[in-house]
Amino acid sequence: MANLYPTDGELWQLARDQGLDPYPVVFESVPASVLYQYAAYLIPGRMSHWTYGKAYHLMKTRYDYGLNKLYEMVINSNPAYAFLLDSNSELENTFVRCHVMGHVDFFRHNQWFRHTIPDVVDVVSRHAERVRQYEFEVGREAVERFLDAVLAIEEHVSPPSPVSPGSVPRPVRARPSKVPADLWDWAPRDGPTHRVKPETEEADDLLLFLMTESRHLEEWQRDIIGMVRDEMIYLWPQLRTKIMNEGWASYWHVALMRSLTLTDRDYVDFARLHSQVTAPLPYHVNPYALGYAIFSDLERREGREAIFLARTVDDDVSFVRNYLTEDVARNLGLFVYGRQQDEIVVKSRGWEVVRQQLVNELVHGGIPVIHVNDGDFHQRGELYLIHRHEGLDLDIPWAERTLHYVHQIWGRPVHLETRLEGKRLVLSYDGQVDSKVTL
Amino acid sequence: MAGYVPDWSLERRGAIDQRRHLEKIKEALKERLGDLVSDESIIASDGKRVVKVPLRSLEQYKFRFHPWQGDRVGQDRGEHRPGDVLGRVPDGQRVGPGKGQQPGDVPGVDYLEAEVTLEDIQSLLFSELGLPYLKQKPLSEVPQPTWVFKDIRPKGLMGNLDKRKSLKENLLRNARAGRPHVGHLRDRDLRFKTWIDEPLPEDNAVVIAMRDISGSMGDFKKLMARTFAFWMLKFLRTQYQAVDVVFLVHHTQAREVSEDEFFQLGESGGTKVSSVYQLCLEVIQSRYPPSQWNIYPIHFSDGDNWSDADNRRTVELLQRMLPMVNVFGYGEIREGGYTSTLMSAFSRIQHPRFKMVTITQKQDVYPALKTFFPRQGG
Repeated sequence: MANLYPTDGELWQLARDQGLDPYPVVFESVPASVLYQYAAYLIPGRMSHWTYGKAYHLMKTRYDYGLNKLYEMVINSNPAYAFLLDSNSELENTFVRCHVMGHVDFFRHNQWFRHTIPDVVDVVSRHAERVRQYEFEVGREAVERFLDAVLAIEEHVSPPSPVSPGSVPRPVRARPSKVPADLWDWAPRDGPTHRVKPETEEADDLLLFLMTESRHLEEWQRDIIGMVRDEMIYLWPQLRTKIMNEGWASYWHVALMRSLTLTDRDYVDFARLHSQVTAPLPYHVNPYALGYAIFSDLERREGREAIFLARTVDDDVSFVRNYLTEDVARNLGLFVYGRQQDEIVVKSRGWEVVRQQLVNELVHGGIPVIHVNDGDFHQRGELYLIHRHEGLDLDIPWAERTLHYVHQIWGRPVHLETRLEGKRLVLSYDGQVDSKVTL
Repeated sequence: MAGYVPDWSLERRGAIDQRRHLEKIKEALKERLGDLVSDESIIASDGKRVVKVPLRSLEQYKFRFHPWQGDRVGQDRGEHRPGDVLGRVPDGQRVGPGKGQQPGDVPGVDYLEAEVTLEDIQSLLFSELGLPYLKQKPLSEVPQPTWVFKDIRPKGLMGNLDKRKSLKENLLRNARAGRPHVGHLRDRDLRFKTWIDEPLPEDNAVVIAMRDISGSMGDFKKLMARTFAFWMLKFLRTQYQAVDVVFLVHHTQAREVSEDEFFQLGESGGTKVSSVYQLCLEVIQSRYPPSQWNIYPIHFSDGDNWSDADNRRTVELLQRMLPMVNVFGYGEIREGGYTSTLMSAFSRIQHPRFKMVTITQKQDVYPALKTFFPRQGG
């Protein structure tokens, strides 16, 4: 008799019986073109931009050549949406749905996700609709050029935390975007303009600062910054919990699959799928493998309660710092490598060295922290940014070009202070000339 | 909603944005066309090779860490020991003796590359070129037959009845029936003359390629002449049904050569440009009557002509030819900045069909092509 695979509802109930508490999940079986599209845009229905098209093209081509296969894509929303590749076998789909249960439970209970919006798909569709409207009003080129600039710095928002939603309500101005922004924005304000108090949320949120303080923007442009920022804030918790999220989902696809009655053949296929997902990647750490190994190890040592606690309170940094053990590091074959002259060399297999290096890589999602120091630098409305240097230098040529984008949004000269090989360095761009001064 | 099957083919944003990205690649390539057109490897490939072109303008810049600084964590199956070499830092990232650091230019190596074939470049390039100066044929010369009666068919217009062929068919049919005679004409005996369209001679073009092979024409000059002629021929072949090419070379004397010879030859000796213009004129008069041919003479030289007397003679011949041709091109290829005597003699000629360009470096080929074949006006 043919194997009977559980229905969506049965799987969801099974997950709950084992202690998970996922949102309701809507499963959709979709063709590869759709699955890869959602994966490239990260959220279905998101606004249009050529960079997403580039990502989509790349991912889809890799799939077409058999270099890579996505089985699913889950959306953190309530209810959650899970898209499955329509060419998956029944067994693959069962495996993938178990995996999805882990993700959706994680979305619901990890504290860093406390403030993510539950109706993200609707929200981004409305964003996409507004962007289309702006394209209609001001022209596709203008919108694209502006999005080029905003997307280049989209990561520089203040990340949401369990105590702060990150997304402050934007000032809503009820006036048509056709009115020239200058009429409104050049109205005198109280006190000195653009003054920033260091260590405020505003100072850590470049997009927010540009959106509210730039004198150069029209209303549609502020709106676009706001939309990009909202979407980034939605995605940020996923950035900071990649290892945990995949690890939790992998832990549960194993646990749930083991509790099903499978034929020997299915069991072999399941084992092969699991080992594919957790296979080591050259020069990287596979987040599925690392997260799975840490959760399994923690469960062995301290029991189920401990892993549920970690799933609730940790992010990748604290997860690795608190729970990566010598056993895990050795079993996964983790090592630290780096550059020596023109060669890439294995430097250490010491587990504490590995742990520290991993934490360094994970801090702030591996993204440089840029904060706003002054919005009225030189008392001339110039923007002064500081890169909070924490050991790694910036890619200077890239930083220079990115500064052009900041200038495009700010409309006045922009400066970025950083450190290069131990020396303080200020990069500037005034709209015509790049300059670089060592302090 | 039981039984509802969404139509996933409506999800097209990915495809649309992908197309926009490809468009941007095309725009970026267009900006690089000057380099691409004179890329030897592309021309030598004859359509088979793919060339990688870096497209910096499509890189997605952001604030990021130096990609080759600091350590990272990797994963293996336990086989590597500390000190093992995993690989080498890619070119451009190295700091070695003699290479020196180039500040401001080091980390940004991994830029986007597009793969380009000859055809891609061709379609980009040709969308930039046009064919002005199409010859206005005088009305009196228009009645060139554009169709001829060439075929005989059993169906046709009664006015085109071929009586002779019809009678013959009738005779043959009667003979097959055993009584050879003419009579009892049936419809099926009838034969009609049928015409077919003849290609217009106006659809044909001839390129008369002339090149200076005197001692002063070095490898660079040969290459530029070759590059220019390559694209010019390709372009004209897309515009006309048939393109003839006549290759003429000269030093103090001119002669007709094969295509291979044209591009290979390098000889010593002086230069007498009038010799080849004389030969060109003869070729036109004897083989390519201007009333029927679109004529594109193109001459490459470094302009080091023999004497002022010969320059005068050359100008004279040129002026005789100009009314006969579509465009007469003179491409002066030189490596220095001086103006040749021939160039200054030519610069007095004000004629819309005479085009003069100077090529001093590879990148000049593309603008030169645009000068010869401007997209609009004329």
